[in-house]
Amino acid sequence: MAKVLVYIDNPGTSLKKSSLELLTLGRALGETAVALNGKLHDDVAAAFAEYGVGTVLLPSAEDLDDFLVAPKAAYLAAAAGQAGADIVLLDNSPEGKEIAARAGIRLNAGVITDVVAVDADGTAHKSVLAGSYNTACKAGTAVSVLTVKANNVVPEPAAAPAALETVTVEVPAVSAAARITAREQKVASGRPDLTDARIVVAGGRGLDGDFGPVEELADALGAAVGASRAATDAGWISHDAQVGQTGKTVSPQLYISAGISGAIQQKAGMQTAKVIVAVNKDAESPVFEIADFGIVGDLFDVLPQATAEIKKRKG
Amino acid sequence: MKIIVLVKHVPDAQFDRHLTGEGYTTDRDESILSELDEYALEAALQLAEARGGAKAGNQVIALSMGPSGAVNAIKKALQIGATEGVHLTDDALAGSDAAATSLALAAAIRHLGSDAPVDLVLTGMASTDGETSLVPAQLAERLDLPQVTFASSLEVDGGRLTARRDADTSSETVEAPLPAVVSVTDQINEPRYPNFKGIIAAKRKSITTLSLADIGVDPAQVGHAGSWTSVLSAEERPPRTAGTIITDEGDAGIKLVDFLAAQKLL
Ligand SMILES: Cc1cc2nc3c(=O)[nH]c(=O)nc-3n(C[C@H](O)[C@H](O)[C@H](O)COP(=O)(O)OP(=O)(O)OC[C@H]3O[C@@H](n4cnc5c(N)ncnc54)[C@H](O)[C@@H]3O)c2cc1C
Ligand SMILES: Nc1ncnc2c1ncn2[C@@H]1O[C@H](COP(=O)(O)O)[C@@H](O)[C@H]1O
Repeated sequence: MAKVLVYIDNPGTSLKKSSLELLTLGRALGETAVALNGKLHDDVAAAFAEYGVGTVLLPSAEDLDDFLVAPKAAYLAAAAGQAGADIVLLDNSPEGKEIAARAGIRLNAGVITDVVAVDADGTAHKSVLAGSYNTACKAGTAVSVLTVKANNVVPEPAAAPAALETVTVEVPAVSAAARITAREQKVASGRPDLTDARIVVAGGRGLDGDFGPVEELADALGAAVGASRAATDAGWISHDAQVGQTGKTVSPQLYISAGISGAIQQKAGMQTAKVIVAVNKDAESPVFEIADFGIVGDLFDVLPQATAEIKKRKG
Repeated sequence: MKIIVLVKHVPDAQFDRHLTGEGYTTDRDESILSELDEYALEAALQLAEARGGAKAGNQVIALSMGPSGAVNAIKKALQIGATEGVHLTDDALAGSDAAATSLALAAAIRHLGSDAPVDLVLTGMASTDGETSLVPAQLAERLDLPQVTFASSLEVDGGRLTARRDADTSSETVEAPLPAVVSVTDQINEPRYPNFKGIIAAKRKSITTLSLADIGVDPAQVGHAGSWTSVLSAEERPPRTAGTIITDEGDAGIKLVDFLAAQKLL
């Protein structure tokens, strides 16, 4: 049976849904162990056991968060060696990919990013060229390192919980690493996370500085708020909300685009959404070429009316 | 300063892009300098200019690895303002994955640093075709240099750099000694366009061609044969088509909700 090592970074007091997804996927592929960075809280240890994790590896050093990626990658590679891992799984965040990139070099292991599914033989599936192709890829190396996108696996605890043991991994010295000298925490919006929200309502230059109509519709639908780069560049909303080539890639059940023209770089981040609704006052906007339901109209009329109607129907 | 900027020649996303041939590599007709690499070039030019530019001995070397057409990305970089170009090209490189690409580029960077040391390697945040962002991190690992990725600002003072990174839940300030590998985002600057003077000046700038033998890389370590990952199959997704388009007659908000209800999305 394959040995699978799942990397989890600073879970705090509870595991994120995406971590539970990785544990579930790992168990389908073989015997899972976790390489953790950060404190192992009791509740997290209990969740590991519940998800069938036999071993949790912990770094010998506590200062991995003070440096940009390099020592984390060195730790993960050492942990993979110690655990005898055949497959290493990480989340598909920018940092997850970078740790994977470097650990891959240390392990002489092929790295595949943006994975949505993995077959029993380790073949990974991903889409490329902004969602225009579905591909199957495989690492021909003894170890493969895969970063897996959120929301592609349903988290499921193991049939029988495992007995958990912890092991320490000596972190190899890394001579060259950039030091993180300051960290400013951002305030949470209270809305669902953009990358794994079921519904996204996004606004662009057409909002003319006022995200109110988009936020109100998003709240009525329990959706996350997204934006075009024109809107984030103008400073109307934080850069974190940007969807597209240089922002986030989202594949929600529903993407509502309002006052966004649908430039190629915007489409790159949203055209794999299941259903796309567009509201734009220009009938010639390219966004209508990919919309399942398009409304040629003023968003300042259409969005508030839709919000009021949703509230009415939901009672 | 001696700065190497990595520029990739990629298929233009404005046209349909295709995977072709054995190994499903991207079709490179209609290719351009990856627009995300223009931000790295601009960052390099600003650093060089702040130190007196080419006249004061600052070098901005545009390095691209790719088939013969990739020279066009280098020419564009020279027109924008790079001082010289280097084209790493070899038939054996075809089909290289990120690990093989980073191996070859790391060897080329070492080669370019053999006369005078390189201060900075600048890259884009991702290539617009592969979109993996693996190469910058792998280069740092292979060259044993500090990695500063996704920089949205960059300052160099003496032998140190300071950069800012914006992550989802926090913003970070990072510091590293030079030399370092730095990838930059599209938030860092506003890239300039080549002007007439630049286009004329580019004609006199040199482009050096390097083969694998020149940089001491065994052909078996790169290309399809040397890559650690391979594409087994690729299937084109049917392009999205337009659905129902209506014009608002005062009740489009209601119709929108009707549509969501019919799709069971409420
Ligand atoms: C390297 C690079 C990377 C990029 N990355 C991204 C990215 O990640 N994400 C991204 O989104 N963009 C990105 N862009 C920018 C992209 O090219 C477009 O410029 C941008 O998406 C345009 O944003 P927009 O649609 O909001 O604005 P515009 O193109 O100006 O469109 C505004 C739209 O709003 C409509 N409108 C105006 N008023 C109203 C109203 N009252 N009611 C209804 N409709 C109205 C207009 O008809 C128009 O279609 C990138 C560009 C570059 C060069
Ligand atoms: N073949 C190449 N030639 C030159 N630079 C490259 C090449 N491949 C990748 N890069 C650089 O690495 C960055 C990230 O690419 P990637 O890891 O492919 O997403 C790009 O923006 C380029 O700066």
